Order: sequence, then C-alpha cells, then structure tokens
Amino acid sequence: MANIKITVDEKEIETFEGKTVLQAARENGIKIPALCYHPDLKIKANCRLCLVEIKGERGLVPACRVQAKEGMEITTESEKINRARKINLELIFAQHFEECSDCNWGTGCRLLGLASKYKVNVKRFLDRKDDSKVYQFGSIVFDQTKCINCRNCVEACANQEVNFLEPEGKGYRSEIEPSKDEKKDCIYCGQCILHCPVGAIEAVGEFEGAEKILQEKGKIKVFQFAPAIRSSIGESFGLPAGSVMTDQLSAGLRALGADKVFDVSAAADFTTIEEAGELVEKIKNGTGPCFTSCCPAWVKYLEFNYPEMIGYFATTRSPQIISGGLVKTYWAKKEGIDPKNITVVSIMPCTSKKFEVQRKELEVNGLKPVDYVMTTRELAFLFKKHGIDLKNIKPEPADSPFGNPSGAGVIYGASGGVVESALRTAYYKLTGKDLPSVEFEQVRGLQGMKKAELEIEGKKIKIAIVNGIANAKKIIEELKEDPHAYDAVEVMACPGGCIGGGGQPMPVSEEIRKQRAAALYQIDRDKPIRLAHRNPDVQKVYDEFLKDDKIRHAVCHTTYGRKIKGEIKTLKNSKETL
Amino acid sequence: MIIEQLKNSGLKGRGGANFPTGLKWEAVKNVSAEKKYIICNASEGEPGVEKDYFLLDKYAEEVIKGINIALKEIENSSAYIYLNPDYFPKLENKIKKAIGELPIVLFKKPRGYVCGEESTILNIIEGKEAKPRLKPPFPTEKGLWGYPTLINNVETFYQVARIAEGKYQADRFYTLGGQAKNKGVFSLPENLTIRQVLEQTKNWPDFDFFVQVGGAMSGEVLASSELDKPVSGAGAVIIYKTSEDSLSIMRQWAGFFMDQSCGQCVPCREGTYRLNEELKKKEFDRSLIEDLLFVLAETSLCPLGRGAAVPFIGYLNKIYGKY
Repeated sequence: MANIKITVDEKEIETFEGKTVLQAARENGIKIPALCYHPDLKIKANCRLCLVEIKGERGLVPACRVQAKEGMEITTESEKINRARKINLELIFAQHFEECSDCNWGTGCRLLGLASKYKVNVKRFLDRKDDSKVYQFGSIVFDQTKCINCRNCVEACANQEVNFLEPEGKGYRSEIEPSKDEKKDCIYCGQCILHCPVGAIEAVGEFEGAEKILQEKGKIKVFQFAPAIRSSIGESFGLPAGSVMTDQLSAGLRALGADKVFDVSAAADFTTIEEAGELVEKIKNGTGPCFTSCCPAWVKYLEFNYPEMIGYFATTRSPQIISGGLVKTYWAKKEGIDPKNITVVSIMPCTSKKFEVQRKELEVNGLKPVDYVMTTRELAFLFKKHGIDLKNIKPEPADSPFGNPSGAGVIYGASGGVVESALRTAYYKLTGKDLPSVEFEQVRGLQGMKKAELEIEGKKIKIAIVNGIANAKKIIEELKEDPHAYDAVEVMACPGGCIGGGGQPMPVSEEIRKQRAAALYQIDRDKPIRLAHRNPDVQKVYDEFLKDDKIRHAVCHTTYGRKIKGEIKTLKNSKETL
Repeated sequence: MIIEQLKNSGLKGRGGANFPTGLKWEAVKNVSAEKKYIICNASEGEPGVEKDYFLLDKYAEEVIKGINIALKEIENSSAYIYLNPDYFPKLENKIKKAIGELPIVLFKKPRGYVCGEESTILNIIEGKEAKPRLKPPFPTEKGLWGYPTLINNVETFYQVARIAEGKYQADRFYTLGGQAKNKGVFSLPENLTIRQVLEQTKNWPDFDFFVQVGGAMSGEVLASSELDKPVSGAGAVIIYKTSEDSLSIMRQWAGFFMDQSCGQCVPCREGTYRLNEELKKKEFDRSLIEDLLFVLAETSLCPLGRGAAVPFIGYLNKIYGKY
C-alpha cells in the first residue's frame, strides 16, 4: 500500500491507497457521520449520511465507498452537504420510534448526536411504524419500530451463516423479519445487536430486567462475572479497550448491593479440569474428537443443525453453570444458607447465556444454578444509574472461595483460551508433569480458523479452533469425512471469542477485540498460578466435595439433545419480555 | 471491424443513458476473462415507452441479428434477452423462432420498475434479491456472475444490425403518448427537436400543453416554449394538457415511485413515501416537497431514486400555478 496525500476540508492528510475517503478522514480525526458503515461489514452505502463533495465529481458522493486517490480534494461540510444530511436524518428519525431511556446505545446514540449537530427537526414527519412488530426469539428482542433498514444485522447474521434475519417486502414496506424457515434458527449470539446502529435489537431484559434483581428482598445476592468482561467494561466508562477492571468490578458490584462477588474465571478452572479429563479419555480411547461446550450459541447450533454430532461434545458444563451449581451446593452448605434463598446473577459478555440458564437439564437439586444473566452492557447501565463510576472506584478483590482464578481461567474469554487451558491440564494428566512452558501461541489470535498439532509423550494431538460460527461448518464437514481429523475442537460463536460477544459494550471492531483479548493474555502472564489444576481453592473443593463422582456429575456435567426451532413470539413492545 | 463501424456511426445507447455503443463494446471486448455475457435489455419498464415492444413485434429477426453480431465479436460469450413480463406471452414464440439455435436465453423479467435497472438485472438473473448494485464496478468490468457483461437496449441491437447491413440512417424510434391525437411508435431522424417530432408525427396540439420527455414517470417536464431541443431518454414524448389537475398528475408520479422503490437507501425508500403522503393533502407544503426532491435527486443510491425527482422539479418550476 502506497502512501498518498489527499486534501480534506483544505487540510492535507496522509493515507494509504485502498483506504476509503471515510476511513482516511476518520483516521485523521475528521468526523464524517455514517450509520450503516461498520468496519466489520461490507459497504452498503444506504444511509446516505456520509455524503461529501469531491472536486471534479458531480454532486454528492458517499465517502464510505469512494477510494482515496492521490491529490483528491474533499469537502466534508458545506451548505449543500449539511442540508442533505439534515433531511435524510429527519427521514430516518421518522422510521425510528425513540425509546432513549432504554437503549443499548445509551448516551452514545449517534442519531441524537447528529440531530443536535445538524439541527434536525426530529418530529418533522409523523412516525410511520404503527404496524411494525416487536419479536422475541430466545434471548433476543427485535423491535422493527426502531429499525432503519440498514441491514447490518442481516449481514452480521449471514456472516455467521445463521441467516435467521431476512429482509422482506420492498420500498417503505420492507422489514427485517425472523426467518419462518423451519431449517433456520437463531443461536442467540447477539452479533446483530452489536452491529445495529440504532438499538433496534437488544437482549431480553435490556435494561428493564436488571434493576428488578437488585430490588428482590430477603435473598442472598451472589454476583459472578465472566472472564471476558474485565477487559471490556472499562469502555463504557471512557477507558480504552483492554483496560483491566477485575477488582473494580468486584468493588462496583458490592456497591450495587451484592452480598458476594465471585469470579467465573475461578469456576472455569473446574471446567478446564473436567474437560481435560474428557479430552484425555477420548485421546486414549480414540473415541472421536472432543468439542468444547462452554459457548451456548455453539451448543444450540450443533443441537439444531447437526444433532448427529452432539456425542462429540464434552459433557462438562460451562463455567457460569458450574459456578452457580457450586454456590448453591458446596458454598451454601459451608455457609449454612438454604440454597433456595440464594439468587445467583451472572454478568456475561453474551446474550446466549441468558438462554443457557433456562435449560432444565442443568438444574441441581431442583434449582437453577444461575437465576439471572445480565450482559456487560446491562451492568454498565446499572453502575451508571447508581452513580458508580468504575473509573474512580477503589479496587477490591472478589470473594473467596471463587475469587482467585488461575491464568488459565482468565484466557477463557479469548478464542483459543479454552483449548489452551485444557491442554495445560491435559498435559499433566497424560504425563504426570506440568508443562515447562505453558503458552500455546499457535492457538491464539483472532483469525476465524486456527489449526495446530502438538505432540505429548509421542502422541499427536490435532486441534482446530474456530471463532465466528460460520467457520464451524467447515470443521464439521471435515469431521464427517474423517472423524479422526481432530482430537480437540474449540468453537466460539462470536468473532474473537467471548471478548467479541453479543453482550459486550458497543461499538466493537477488530482493533477493539484485539485489545480486549491481549489484556486477558497479559493477566494470565502476570498470574503466579497459570494451571487450573494447581489452583489451591479448586483443589480444596475437589478434596472436600467433588471427589464424590455422583456429586461431581450433578454439578459439573450435563446432557445434550436434538433441538427443534424455537418459538418466535410477537410482543406488544420491547418491555413486555419481563 | 464492427466496433469501428459502431464508433463511426455515432450510435448511442437507446435505453436512455446515451452512452456511445462502440465504446461500450470495446470495453467488454478488451477485458480479459474466460467468458463474457451479453444482455439485451427488453424490460421497457418506463411507462409511456413502447418502442422495444414495437421492434420485437415487427423486427425480432433484426434484433437477434444485432445480438448475434455481439456474440461473434465478443469471444466466449452467451446472451440473455431480458423481457418485460407483459410482453412475454405475446412475443415468446416470435423471439424463440428468431433465436433458433443461437446461444441466447429468453429470460422473463420479474415485475417491478427497479428490475429494469441494469445492475439489478444482474442480481435477478443470478437469482439474488432485486436491488441495484453499487457502481463501480460497472457491468462491463464485473457483470453477470462477475464476468464482463455487455448490456444494451433492444433498439441498440436493432440499430447495430442496421449498421452492419449498411442500412443505418441515424434514425430512432419515438413513442408518442398522453394526450397526443396520433399515438404510436415512429421512426424518424435522431437529431430532430421535440417540436419537429410533434410536427412530423402530426401531433402538435391545438390546446395549451406541456410535455414529458423520456418517459411518463421519470421523464423531464418541458413547457411548450422549450421544445427546440432533441428528445432525451428512451425517446418517448408524453403530451399533457395544462388544464389537467396538478395534484392528480403529481400523485400519479409519487404513487408510482413509492410503490417501485426497492427500499434499499434512505432518500428513495423514505423520500418517495413522504412525497406520496404530503401530496395526499389538498394544500401541500412546498418547501417540504422541495427538501424531499433535493435528497432524492442528490443522494439516492441508484438512477430510480434520482429519476424520481426529475418530473416534479420541472413541473413545479415551470407548469404548476402558471396556467
């Protein structure tokens, strides 16, 4: 890529050939508004807001799809440009029911920002969405009355090859609809939410649900937070992506009213030990690949699309479920609390986790291990609402006995982390020795498909790691041909793994995902204990409680089954989900 | 050889965009690709234009001859005739007979105005959603299934055949309609002014009138004092009485564009809807209408949206309230 110079608003800037005018301008701090543009997605140029004038070209051109060329002279603000933006914004406002107090974008709403900048009369036209619908499918709520037809969600869903969201109708009658095709179902990954510029899609509960839990009387409230949110929630408080907020989270949750704060990364150490055990068994017996099972969107995907393959899943439960299960058994007994009086709330980077906790087969002694899941966004919303500023709060550690994870438990949040953690422990189980060097560089990174081969004691272990569920199909096809193509397969439905999860703060981009992941690997490097099976808190629970196989199975393992298409409900409004 | 002849003839595309045919052919011929496509656009979706039907009905063999010249000139090519669904039952046998054994597929166009837009045609033949593609790349570089594609109008292919036969006389086909007393399709020299076309077809009205040139929807509106220029677009001239009800004229346009918008971009999807809503009122807000026309004309993604503003702008500036 050659260096070129272009002039934007009479200011010369340097950029590279191949960059669009919009990218070049933004990278140089020049603001050009755009709604349908998203760095993860193709250029669609349908919102018609990023219009600029280019010397020598007729009329207004969308900056998102014009490539910068040497010597190009661009104007980004003029009377004509501003008039066009203002009118197009007024048209957009008229197809978007405002529900600002309860929006994923909160104070970061681009529409409102642009409205004040371009002096938009937001009520110039009457809202026209009286006949539009609000749908709920699983843990996702899609509100057509807010949709501006940019189709980012359709593309995000198609990139996952889920293809559940479909455009229907034409002209002003066009709507995005959940698919009626019995062969297509949502996996609740929430990538549509992250890519919607106007908050038309949200997770169930965002944000009316979160507050309710705090108001529950007479319950012991246990909050537990996922590995991937410690390096992302800072973004909601103006900090750069990758800022580590582990202890601020604990302090914030206590300020919010948590009786106990646990770190799900500590429970991930149990998942690692159990899953490594399954992996080692499968390797020894040659009984086919071991699929990771902690991503509920992936679990739903396989159960719905390839039920014949569910035997490959590790039966090990996901970290939040093991954690909740231990809280309501081991910990409750130790503390002398009736588990019925405990409410376990997970903070997850994920929208599919809301669906996971509804699974009947996960119940322990008739109780759901986790009572409520909130997204990273919901927690940030609650913090702000209660005046808790995570940026300035005094850090406090999470509570014992599930407050001190190994490094392995923390990297669960990034693609490759689960397999890496399992390998660290599997090595021990196969050799009786700990790894001299615990880092597996081959399985790290954000590329959608990673393949690696390792040798342990003369045994070759073939590994495939996938992030972005579309890539899973390729591995599945390979395994149909040859069930021994891989020994271990890790799949995370979201790009980059949980750090790019559908419950994470917005906006998101490749760069942001990279920084969130890097922070988790840094935490791992700084940990004195980096192997799950060396975590003394975990060892203690095994010694005191999980040595009984029946209990261990009830708390740490599950079953899977063929799934039919989930129900698509039509709601009166997006608040009705409560 | 034929490309030189086309260039020398000065033939321009007869679909309405007036692009020099020789240059287009040359562009497709010169790209290297393992195969190429030729599309004869017979969608004729613009109301008020009837010449393609006329040509396929009367001179199907000449049109096919023109397509065949392209097939020979452009290596490894095959062709489609993309035919208006209303014409299909009437013309299917005639066209298939003229095609004979040539590698030309007769393709029935789905209904819808935007389905005649050239990049939308590509999506439709490929089985994709009926919406325009972003340009560039132009079809000449990346068209059908990514291969270089030559898209010409029915009349263009007809004239190509005439040029190859040495019979071309720089004439074109005009459709006269609306309040014209002598409606129909006429072949006359291409450089005639609108006034001359009206006179030579014996259509000069004996009432106060204005015309819409190019088509009955997206055509430009001209007052009777502005007729000393050539006929633009697809060669249609629609005559209106100035006494016709202005709201019904504008409502007809607005309703059409609203129904035909594909819905992809904001100004066309929302703008045509709001235009239609505003014109439902007896007293419409002129400045609001002008704002809508501004974004339609200046910011729409494809020619349909940009074209939707054209008749209103001329009509409001030249005719509305002046008679």
